[in-house]
Amino acid sequence: MLPEAIQLVVVTPERQLLRETVAEVEIPGREGQLGVLPGHAPLITELGIGVLAYRMTPSSQPVILAVIQGFAEVLPDRVTVLAETAERAEEINLARAEAAKARAEQRLASNDTNIDWDRAVIALERALIRIQVARKHQGVPVESR
Amino acid sequence: MATLLDFRRRIRSVKNTQQITRAMKFVSAARLRRAQEAALAARPYARELVRVLRSTMARIEAPQHPLLAARPEERILVLFLSGERGLAGAFNTNILKKASEFYRAKKGKQITVIPVGKKGRDALRRAGFAFAGEYVNVLSRVDFGIAREISKLVTDLYTEEKIDAVYMIFSEFKTVMSAELVTEKLLPVEKITAGEETEAEAASAQIDYIYEQPEDELMARLLPRYVETQVLRSMLESCAAEHAARMTAMEAATKNAGEVIEGLTLHMNKVRQAAITKEIIEIVSGAASTA
Repeated sequence: MLPEAIQLVVVTPERQLLRETVAEVEIPGREGQLGVLPGHAPLITELGIGVLAYRMTPSSQPVILAVIQGFAEVLPDRVTVLAETAERAEEINLARAEAAKARAEQRLASNDTNIDWDRAVIALERALIRIQVARKHQGVPVESR
Repeated sequence: MATLLDFRRRIRSVKNTQQITRAMKFVSAARLRRAQEAALAARPYARELVRVLRSTMARIEAPQHPLLAARPEERILVLFLSGERGLAGAFNTNILKKASEFYRAKKGKQITVIPVGKKGRDALRRAGFAFAGEYVNVLSRVDFGIAREISKLVTDLYTEEKIDAVYMIFSEFKTVMSAELVTEKLLPVEKITAGEETEAEAASAQIDYIYEQPEDELMARLLPRYVETQVLRSMLESCAAEHAARMTAMEAATKNAGEVIEGLTLHMNKVRQAAITKEIIEIVSGAASTA
């Protein structure tokens, strides 16, 4: 028999961010977004930098988190996300993310050979995801009006 | 013979000291609470990580990774976590004692140290140990970034085969009154002992997972993360233990000061009474002689 819901746990080294029973989760895997419904086959994956979205019921609004690297384990009735960093949309400081984005872009645009290219790219990706999540979150109340 | 004024001065000075120790006790209590919360908050991640790592490793026939490679123990690196400040009772003395015990047990081996915490750094430097790095003023507010930096340094040294084993010596927070001194082997990763394997876990270990990435690649990512969480855990434990030790020490000091004040007040009153009695006798005998 298939389980009816998923126990979603999101933890980072510093804290437990989420422990919730949900109907549907979408995980940002390194290989791409992974949609998980109850009864999914057991799976382990590395996470990329992206958006984790979940719905409490099949018809409710999705809640989103910004997730930056880590691992996820999927079992038929459980999803465990071990993220390096994970933030709720309302926790993100949009101004700071914008500043980080500008900084990363500037570093990538410069012709300086001393810069750590990979690190700058990751910093940029991170900033972009944070901005995306924060904007979406702020956008929701406007749409519902 | 001490005069009344001398007593008053002494009492005032002890009272001032008591105020300081009491304030320090409250500060430590607040910090302890924060440290305990942080240690508690870090636990779910460590637990889940260990579970995933264990089930991944169980699936690989002969796990191969530089951090798993055991070599004859000749060059040892010790991660030594001590207090950042003094006035914590026997906290720093105890952990240093543990370190010298370890040193004696490993006599003849080449020992390098990474001290974390100022008190330990100072003491070990005086003792003439070779440092591979040092981290001070990092334990008052434990940060995952620092733990990551330390474990990167350690894993790099290990992978480059500059060292053969890594140990951690730290105080584990048990209760407010007591800390346990522990020596733990960090590298090579031998077997993952943190947390007992539950029945549910044993059952889940039988499940055939789909791996989005090859198992060994995944393990290669998980292992450094495991080392990081171990370092972070030891830092959080040590930090909580230090605050607990200081709180206990300051509480005892406050109590002692109270006792000293009581004793001094008693003495002072006796001296005062003696003086009054003497004066009365003088007056009475003076009056008797004139009468």
